[in-house]
Amino acid sequence: MTSELVASFEKRFPGGPVISAQLRQPIDGFSVTVLFGPSGSGKTTVLRCLAGLERPEAGTIHCGDVTWLDAARGIFLPPQRRGIGYLFQEYALFPHLSVAQNIAYGLTGLSEAERRRRVVDMLDLVQLAGLEARHPKQLSGGQQQRVALARALAPRPQLLLLDEPLSALDATIRDQLRQAIRRLLRALDMPAVLVTHDRVEALSLGDAIVVLDQGKVCQSGPVHEVFGRPRDAAVAHIVGVDTVEPGKVLHVAEGLATVAVGGVELVALAPDIEDGAVSVCIRAEDVILEKGAATPSSARNRLAGQIRTLSFEGPMVRLSLACGFPLTALVTRQAREELALQEGDQVTALIKAPSIHLVPRG
Amino acid sequence: MDWTAVWLTLRLAALTTAILVALGLPLAYWLATSAWRGKFLVEAVVALPLVLPPTVLGFYILVAIGPHSPLGQLYETLTGRLLPFSFQGLLIASVLYSFPFAVRPFAAAFAAVDWRLVEASWCLGVSRVRTVVRIVLPLSWAGILTGMVLSFAHTVGEFGVVLMVGGNIPGVTRTVSVAIYDEVQALNYAAANTTALFLLGLSFVVLCVTYGLQHRVAVL
Repeated sequence: MTSELVASFEKRFPGGPVISAQLRQPIDGFSVTVLFGPSGSGKTTVLRCLAGLERPEAGTIHCGDVTWLDAARGIFLPPQRRGIGYLFQEYALFPHLSVAQNIAYGLTGLSEAERRRRVVDMLDLVQLAGLEARHPKQLSGGQQQRVALARALAPRPQLLLLDEPLSALDATIRDQLRQAIRRLLRALDMPAVLVTHDRVEALSLGDAIVVLDQGKVCQSGPVHEVFGRPRDAAVAHIVGVDTVEPGKVLHVAEGLATVAVGGVELVALAPDIEDGAVSVCIRAEDVILEKGAATPSSARNRLAGQIRTLSFEGPMVRLSLACGFPLTALVTRQAREELALQEGDQVTALIKAPSIHLVPRG
Repeated sequence: MDWTAVWLTLRLAALTTAILVALGLPLAYWLATSAWRGKFLVEAVVALPLVLPPTVLGFYILVAIGPHSPLGQLYETLTGRLLPFSFQGLLIASVLYSFPFAVRPFAAAFAAVDWRLVEASWCLGVSRVRTVVRIVLPLSWAGILTGMVLSFAHTVGEFGVVLMVGGNIPGVTRTVSVAIYDEVQALNYAAANTTALFLLGLSFVVLCVTYGLQHRVAVL
């Protein structure tokens, strides 16, 4: 039997919205659930309820055999007894303690020698050896983030909770740390729940996703399923991308990557992509449609497909295509009328290589 | 200079400060962290000595510790002595009179501590009490020091409450400020000036040390 964190609860704020959430997260090995939504959707509140920093008015949270919360029976386990690690958005490092003291802070019940060894191990793990005597103020944002991660992981929690772990960093460091975090969690076989409003972060870090809007769960499931097939227009709007499919980089040559997606191969720009698993993201407005069979053009990708559905969105028409994988295209009403596009028609979809965005999945 | 009065005053101020730290820190922590709606009532009561004339406060304390009050009777049963016009009675009055001077800086210092640090400590498995000791107190010591200095200085300088509750008994309740008043009444200006200058110098040095320390912390 696999151990799971199973949560279903409601948190009310006086004069504010009701936040309700349902989620499951395996806790017996590496896997990441992303809580995704716009700001104000209640995703941080959900994370705080999981940590025991907020007490929901109704519902239950079970972690394996242990009851963390049972509002009806008055059971509420404080954060100290949940065995979690929590990474705060602005890190919340203790300013009066050194890096080593910060990391050792949660290590209770260990001998002095064991504590010291654990601190050294954690510093190595986050590649900060040599900085143990510094104070948080003397570190860069990226270094602070890694100290916070080491501090949260040092007591070997059974579950790591991360609140917007990369949002306070600039773009370059964010790209490096995103991959580093997933590698680290995988190496430690650490299950995690992560809050983010960043699509790339969700795609590159998450296995499962829970989409929240206005305090409610709109959709949950595997990341690609939710991003690629949003249940309704509201979820589609929140996830903000039209086509997201799992793919595999077959080879990279001269800055171009060949990617297998569904039954077809696509050519995409490959700035720094290595062979392996990726998420293939295509915006609907970047897809050009031609009626009938393919004719030569400068677009690298010419896909034969069939129109599955059409839906009208103001001056635009959104089309779902089957062309080896599900692809969404957005054209104007005039274009649809000129081409007389109907459900079931055979079309050719043209996508330029720079319009295909690859997100690595470590 | 009246060294008996000086020694008595310093003893009174030190004891008052010690009691205020013991009582004031927990109350201030509660004031800084509680979400209870009726909290303003407690805050108002704590701040009362700031606005009440010392004679009003002194009068009610005198009544409250008098031989006909429950407190006064309990004290008499336990010790066989009376509280009014005693050092112990004066100590109770000083604690109440200086309460806001300790609790308000303490509470402000606690409220200024980033609450996420406290939550981070809890999530690392450290109990609430240990979190106060390891995180909250080290980060708010400048405010705690300010509260202690203000309580001490305020007790040294109190006059109205001392007269009402303690009277003017040398070696028992006669503090420096009352001694100065006596000298002036006796037209003994030179002696009054010596004692007054001593108080002025002491207060100035204590405040310099306090602000100097706080400044050094801010720079770090």
